[in-house]
Formats: sequence, C-alpha cells, structure tokens
Amino acid sequence: MDLYTEGDPIADTRAPEGPIENRWETRRFEAKLVNPANRRKMTVIVVGTGLAGGSAAATLAEQGYRVKSYCYQDSPRRAHSIAAQGGINAAKNYRNDGDSVHRLFYDTVKGGDFRSRESNVHRLAEVSVNIIDQCVAQGVPFAREYGGLLDTRSFGGAQVQRTFYARGQTGQQLLLGAYQALERQIGLGNVEMNARHEMLELVIVDGKARGIVVRDLVTGEISTEMADAVVLASGGYGNVFYLSTNAKGCNVTATWRAHRKGAYFANPCYTQIHPTCIPVSGDHQSKLTLMSESLRNDGRVWVPKAKGDDRNPKDIGEDERDYYLERIYPSFGNLVPRDIASRAAKNVCDEGRGVGPTKLGVYLDFADAIGRLGRKAIEAKYGNLFEMYERITGEDPYEVPMRIYPAVHYTMGGLWVDYDLQSSIPGLFVIGEANFSDHGANRLGASALMQGLADGYFVLPNTLANYLASGPLEKVEPSHPEAVAARRDVEDRIARLLAVDGDRTVDSFHRELGQIMWEHCGMERSDAGLRKAIDQIRALRDEFWQRVKVPGDGEGLNQSLEKAGRVADFFELAELMCIDALHREESCGGHFRAEHQTPDGEAQRDDDRFAYVAAWEYGGPSEPVLHKEDLKFEYVHPTQRSYK
Amino acid sequence: MNLTLRIWRQNGPNDKGRMVTYQVEDVSPDMSFLEMLDVLNERLILQGDEPVAFDHDCREGICGMCGLMINGDAHGPQRGTTACQLHMRQFRDGETIDIEPWRARAFPVIKDLVVNRGAFDKIIAAGGYITAPTGSAPEAHSVPVAKANADAAFESAACIGCGACVAACPNGSGMLFTAAKITQLSLVPQGQPERYTRVIGMVDAHDEAGFGGCTNAGECTAVCPKGIPLNTIGRLNRDYLAATAKRGDTPGA
Amino acid sequence: MAVTGILLALFLIVHMLGNLKIFTGETSFDHYAHWLRGIGTPLLPETWYLWIQRAVLTGAVVAHIVAATVLALRARAARPVKYAHRKKVNGSYAARTMRWGGVIILLFVIYHILDLTTGHLNPQGDPSNPYGNVVADFAPERWYVTLFYTLAIVTVGFHLRHGAFSAFRSLGQQTPKGERRARTAALVFAVALCAGYLVVPFAVLTGLVS
Repeated sequence: MDLYTEGDPIADTRAPEGPIENRWETRRFEAKLVNPANRRKMTVIVVGTGLAGGSAAATLAEQGYRVKSYCYQDSPRRAHSIAAQGGINAAKNYRNDGDSVHRLFYDTVKGGDFRSRESNVHRLAEVSVNIIDQCVAQGVPFAREYGGLLDTRSFGGAQVQRTFYARGQTGQQLLLGAYQALERQIGLGNVEMNARHEMLELVIVDGKARGIVVRDLVTGEISTEMADAVVLASGGYGNVFYLSTNAKGCNVTATWRAHRKGAYFANPCYTQIHPTCIPVSGDHQSKLTLMSESLRNDGRVWVPKAKGDDRNPKDIGEDERDYYLERIYPSFGNLVPRDIASRAAKNVCDEGRGVGPTKLGVYLDFADAIGRLGRKAIEAKYGNLFEMYERITGEDPYEVPMRIYPAVHYTMGGLWVDYDLQSSIPGLFVIGEANFSDHGANRLGASALMQGLADGYFVLPNTLANYLASGPLEKVEPSHPEAVAARRDVEDRIARLLAVDGDRTVDSFHRELGQIMWEHCGMERSDAGLRKAIDQIRALRDEFWQRVKVPGDGEGLNQSLEKAGRVADFFELAELMCIDALHREESCGGHFRAEHQTPDGEAQRDDDRFAYVAAWEYGGPSEPVLHKEDLKFEYVHPTQRSYK
Repeated sequence: MNLTLRIWRQNGPNDKGRMVTYQVEDVSPDMSFLEMLDVLNERLILQGDEPVAFDHDCREGICGMCGLMINGDAHGPQRGTTACQLHMRQFRDGETIDIEPWRARAFPVIKDLVVNRGAFDKIIAAGGYITAPTGSAPEAHSVPVAKANADAAFESAACIGCGACVAACPNGSGMLFTAAKITQLSLVPQGQPERYTRVIGMVDAHDEAGFGGCTNAGECTAVCPKGIPLNTIGRLNRDYLAATAKRGDTPGA
Repeated sequence: MAVTGILLALFLIVHMLGNLKIFTGETSFDHYAHWLRGIGTPLLPETWYLWIQRAVLTGAVVAHIVAATVLALRARAARPVKYAHRKKVNGSYAARTMRWGGVIILLFVIYHILDLTTGHLNPQGDPSNPYGNVVADFAPERWYVTLFYTLAIVTVGFHLRHGAFSAFRSLGQQTPKGERRARTAALVFAVALCAGYLVVPFAVLTGLVS
C-alpha cells in the first residue's frame, strides 16, 4: 500500500516467561526498587486525573515521590471517568457462580476478539480483586445487600455476576475515591496540582521522556516542567468523531504530541460504538448521551418492516414490526454484544427503516415489559434513565417507545506500551484508556473502570519504580536546548493558529471531520470508503490551516484556541485511524470491514494474517511506519464468536 | 424560537464586568441550553467578536463543570437538572433570559461566566477523604455495612461539586457541599477513625475560603441538581459539636 | 444563635401564658403582674429575680444580635458582587426574612417596653393597673397600635417558624423524618404563639376585654 511503510517488528520484552499465573508476581519481584529516601528526590509528571491518572498520582505520592499532576478541567474530580455508569468487574466470585481470575481473563481476551496480549489481560484479572478492597476502604458507596455485603450484577452479557456497582454512577464514585486520595496528598504537599493546564508537548532529552510543555488555560502562560518520568493518563480519542459520548474537552493532544515525538500509536482504528444512545436531534447537536446498556434487559428493539413508515409507533401493528435482534440472534436476542447490536441498527437504518425525524434511530420498546411487570417495577428499575430521556427528548418513554442509535463511546487503541506500561520512549508511561493494552479489538462492559484503576493503583507504581531505580538521571533544566525547542514549537503553533484569521469556526471543521469519520471509519468500513476519507481529511486539514478563525489572543482564557489545537491534532489522528483501518483487512471487534464478513453478515477475523498489534511510528506528516507485534495465544485459543 | 439574552461579560478577573444584550434567532426547542450558547458563540466568532466563555465538559449532568445562573435560578428553572441538561423547550418564544456566573467571594470570576471553584478542592483536601494508602486495604467483605447506611452514604456521595448550592445561598455558604461529603464518610465504618478531625478540618477550610455561614435557609437543596438533602447539614452540625467537645480529649494533646 | 434563640423563645411562651391571664379578669391579671415582681422572695429581695431575668434576657438578645450580625457580615463579604437578576426564593420565605424581621422585632420590643413596662408611651401609664394599661392601649380608636402590634407578632411568628427549625438543625437534628417533625413543630409553635399573643389585643378591640 502506498499510504505507509513497514518497519521492523516489535515485541514486548518485559513480561516474564513461565506460567501466566506467575508472571506478574515474578515481574514485581524482579523489578528494581527505589530507596524511600531517594524517592523524595524524584519527580513524576502525571497528565490527566481520571481513574488511571488520579489513582496513579495519589499512589506515587503515598510512596514518597514528588508528583506534579495536570488536568484541563477546573478540578481533578471532573475527569470523564466520572460519567461511567454501569459498574466495575472483579473476579471476587462472591456469588459462588463459577467466576475466577482465569474466567475473567478468558472472557476479556475472547471479548476483545483475540487482539489483546494475554499476559496483560491476566494481570488485569488478578489485580481486579484488590481494586474492590481498595475502593471499599476509601468509603466508595457500592451497592450492598441487606446483610451488609457487596451486591453484584451480571453486565454486558457476562454469564457470571461479577460487576460491582454504585447505582448508575459507578464511575463517579470510583473517581471520587481516587480524587479524595489525591486531594489528601495535595493537602500534605506531596502533589503539586495544576488544574486548568493542558499538556501541549513532550520534552525528550537523551532519548528519555524528561518533561512536558504546558499551557495555563487561565493566564495563557506557557511553561516547561521537568521530571524523572512522565505518565500520560489523558484518556481516549472518541471526540475525533465530533459527536460521541465523551466529554466535550476530551482530546488526543497529549498522546498525539507524544506520538509525534516517537511513541508508537497502536491499533488506532479500534473504536467501540455503543448501541443505546439518544439519537441526534439536529445540526446543533454537540454531544451524545449514553443510556445504560441495562435497558436492553427489558426493552425490545424494533423498526417497521416497511421502508419509510412514518406512522406513530402506536399505529404500527405487531405484524408490521421487525424485532430484528430477536429475529437474527434468537438465542441472545436483544442482549447481543455492543458491536453486534450497533451494526444491526445501522443496517436497518441503511435499509431506510430507521425511525424518528432524522431516520437514524430504532425503537427500544418497554410496552411488553410494562404490561408484564407493571409500570411500578419498570419505574423502580429504570426510573432515573427514563427521566433523563424525557428531559433530553421531551418524550415520555412510558407512553412512546424510546428511540436509540449507536454512538462512539470508547477507543481501544492508544499509545503502544509494554508489560510495564512503558511506551516506546523510555520514561514515558501510558495508563488507562490512553494506552492500547488490555481490551484488544473490543472492550467488555464494566472493564474500563477496572483497567484504569488497575493501571493506576497497582501496576504502574510497581513498574515505574523499576525504571526510576535504573537512575539517577542527570538533572535537566527547562533551559536545556531540547526543552527550549519544545517550548518554541508550542509557541509557534499557537501563533500560527491565531494568525490564520480565516472565515470558518473551529467547530465547523470539527463537525465536518466527524461526519467524514462517522461515514467511513465508523461502524462499517470499506477499502473505497477509507481511501475517500483519507483524501477528504487531507483536503479538510489543508483548508483548516487556511480558513480557520480563532478569535482573541493567547494571553488568558481562550476556549476557541484550546479547541483549535485539539482539532488540529484530531486531523492527523483521523488520517492514521483510516490508514490503520484500511491496512487491517479483516473484521474484528469494533473494527468491521464490509469486505470481510461471513455469508450471514458477521465479522470475519483473519488470524493468519492479522493476529498482531499494529504499532504506528510517526515518520513525518502522512508517512506512518508500521511495526507489528505478534500476538501469541497460549491459554485462550481463538474461536469465532457466535451469538446466534 | 427567538430569544433575547442578557449575559454577564467580564474580560478577566480585574475587569468590572457588565450585562450585555444579544438576540438569538431560530433556536430549536430540542437544543440544550449550552447548545443554544454554542450557536450564539459561532455567530459571535464569525462577526469578529469574542465568544462568551462558559464552563462545560461532559454535558450529561455528571461532571459538575457547568454552572450558570439563569434568570436568578442556579442551573435554570428545571429542578434536578444541570444547565447542560436543561433544554430550550423550558423557555417561551420571545423570552428574555438573564445569564450570570456563580457569585461568591470564594468563586472569583475568571472570565465571563467562568469561575474558579478551587475552594471546593481545598475543603476536600482538608479532610474529605478516608486515609487508606494503596495496598493497605483489608478484604472488602471483612466489614459489612448496613444497607440503609450504604444507601444514605450514596445519596450524599452523589454530589457533583458544581457549586449551585453556594450560588443560590443567600449567605454564599458552601455548607451543603461540605456536609454532603461529611455525611457520606461518617455513615460508613471505614470513616469513623477520622470522623471528628475531618469535620473540624473541613469546616475550618470552608470558613477560611471565604464562604458565608449557614442559616439553614434551604435554598441550596432546592437548586441542587442531585437533590442532596438539607438534613446532611444537621449531621455536620452534630459531628461538629461532638468534635469541639472532644477536642480536649485528644491523647497527648 | 440556636441557644440564645431558644432562651428567648422560652420567655415568649411564659410571657404569652401571662398575657392570657387577662381573660381571668382585672383583679387576677393585676395580681399576677404584682406577683411577678415578688418572685424569689423571701430568698431574694423584692424585684431582684425580675432584674436577674431581665439581665439574662438582655444578654441573650445582645448575643443573638451579635451572632446574627456576624453571620450577616460574613454573608455580605461572601458575595461582594450581587446578582443583576435577583435570585428567586426557592426555599422558605420565613428563612429569607430573618434579618429584616429581626430588626423589626427589635424596634417593636423597644416600643413595647416603653409602652407596657415603663408606661412612657402608654395612654394611661399607671404602673399599679396593668390591666387598664392594656385596655387603654388597644382601644378601638387606637387601631394603628393594634395594627403595628399585629404586624410585629406576625413577624415574630415568621421568625420563630424558621428560627425554631433552624435551632433544631444547628443542634444536630439530622434525619429526614426528624426534619419533617421539626418543621411541623416549628410551624405549630409559631402559629400557636401568634394566636396566643394576638387574641389579647383583638379581645380588647372587640370589647371582649374592657
């Protein structure tokens, strides 16, 4: 292919050999330690304060390191982990229903459609049990049974009840636990917290990550911060689609800047589309709202059998409705995994059978459940979700079926890391959604919270010590030529953005980019579509740099300037996502290629050619270099998923 | 819908600030309040004016970043709803809407409708936690928690730290925010060892930050998007009274 | 606020019960008024108890006002820039009128002492005949005195309604059920006290007491 070149393969050299159950223990034992007295002399920068970043910063500070923490929000408590609803998985087996570390490991590898690294996933399953203990000790108000013990539920089609939850606000409660631990360290003077700061560049000295360039979003001041190691916990990049369930501020800038400095970006095309979101209501739409997946337990998904049927849903008779999930997947019905439910919705809408004003929606109907269980029971289970739906759409879901449509929700891809969560740049560690490591091509429900906290509380604090122990590193000042150059790059870029002074707003470009991505690199991708998208993205990016209008200046709070910098990076990422999607000539998990499906329309993996992680090196603008990391499956043998 | 907006504009912390009137046409009732502001800002940018700065992030009512005083109501007229989830169908065509930032000494204005709520973080740092360093936790099931306590703790823990309570309080007090966290942590067994030092630390930090005193007026709970109940403040008071009585008992003090 | 407020509220109850003795007739009422001066005898000399009580009440009033002033000053400092669009009252109206209500009550108390304690502003002003003083005070042609008295008592009622609830809360009332009870108790207390105080002037106005 003309769009990229292929470089040497890479491999993870950090995971020990031997039985998978012993690898993490072995690694921890082999890892070098830092003397407590020396920790005080070492500074670690942590970018992002979500579950991963917040828990890592707090834990590192508890261990005695000096930590500098950064977030773009006005408080570390507002990171987007807070919006996670469903729950957190852990292999506690409190239900005695056959769960175990090995089963959680197995389910996660299988759920990821055999595109994740076994060693990492096993470790994740192992530490999952410690996370629950840790959070309970912090006072996280998990749901409990009358006997006072923790309640669990089954989530996302799992056959065991391993999901711990705090009503529909599990992410919020877990994040507040980490945030409070972080605030405690801030109060003790062990963490220097810099809210309303955005990382705009990575500083590399002698091949090692040694600092970052940040902009104070309030004063506009640009400064260079040096450290012994840099940890990125800056989340996912779903906002490349403009419309997603991510917070408006979520962006790829921190990881993309690191990528441009040499960190490999792995599997960028793996995107999770969540099937139950509230549909777009018009051009003004700025973000999409997720409705908990649990709604599919009682709601039935349908569209009219006839194309363009505009009638009121109440007037459409039973025999004129197509309960398509129940028809196509009789054994799982409405509870098929996220990627399958999403694609099925897209297919019926593409056939012209979509509902609602935009025709991009399907019904999620509770009439049967209300008839069977009574309105009271439905209210008790889903009352708050129904209220939220009514608040947003103005329709009463007890009377009129809900309308739902898939939306971008999570990105499995991210910066490539080894078993130690270290990127291809020494001293640069990447945790949480920002890395690629544990979910393969598809993430299971309630696993994002697990991974974020596993990385931050338990994995990184061990592996980072090993890196720091190899020091001490030579002290570097912000006046070092590399740091000065990085800072100048940032200043030049801001000056360029402000200087264009064109006639289109940043949002108009972002919206257009999102449409291209959703159309061609969304739920279904094809060779021709992706090539077209790459051309469109390049043209739009050129236009952006000629026509964007960023009002104001760089001195002080300028939200348009912030957005412009983020969108500029999204353009570059979008191109790489399309190239990655184009090169992966198979369908797996969240990546569905129209050319690669079974005769009945299911995803067709190609394990012979594509059982690898695609780690992309930045080789200059539009010149990515592909490095392959082969995936070996010793414990879980790849099979075709089937939900029929 | 066509609307007249009167919006507080303030260039920076030292600017005096003023209300400025804008007309917005063709507003869809399906827009959220913030999307309506997006529309205004797009137009302002193309006209060569500075867009209105306002805080927002998740736009689904959970991050607590947004916060606008809309016609004298914190987060607007709909109860239990953050500004980002408020939709324009709550307003009438031709209506005039006043939009102001949260007003409190502890929340200084940064620009336009954006304020600095760092004082809330300071209150948490002064004791709004349970000390449990990573790795030190006992098995989660070793200490059962009565369901009623766990549920009540959750109710208080639902606070999103948006600051509407302060904005609405006639005294500019942050007591509901403080009480919510104190209630959550004092209801679970894990929170008991630090129960009394926590309340003293947090209330002191609250007062130092320049918040006003509580007079139980109840404006806070009326506007709270998460419905944090006013009785949490009673719990804070009880713990505070107990803590001040116990102060002399500190071993070694 | 809570402790001094409770002291003052207890006094209001006793004061109201005393007032109601007016319905037992002139002799009985005047006897009661004289008895007040002699409480504590022979342990204490005549009127000493009364002066002790007056001192305690004055202390409570001063402390109550000082605390209220501190809160008011803090509130003012906590919001240096006011809202352009005045905020609505979403909670209780009584809670939002505590400060001005307090000022009105203070002015009333001063007038009330000059009227019915020292007698300076009373049309009869005979210290030996409190019954006559009251009747003269609320005479139908002096309707404006009754009006002022009524307004002041209603203000006291509002003040007590929020004050009583708030005192419970400040002293640690903390359950939702208890909150409902405290609010009801405060309302009943405020209404009962208002009624108890207002029945006297209206009885005089309508000629029931003369």
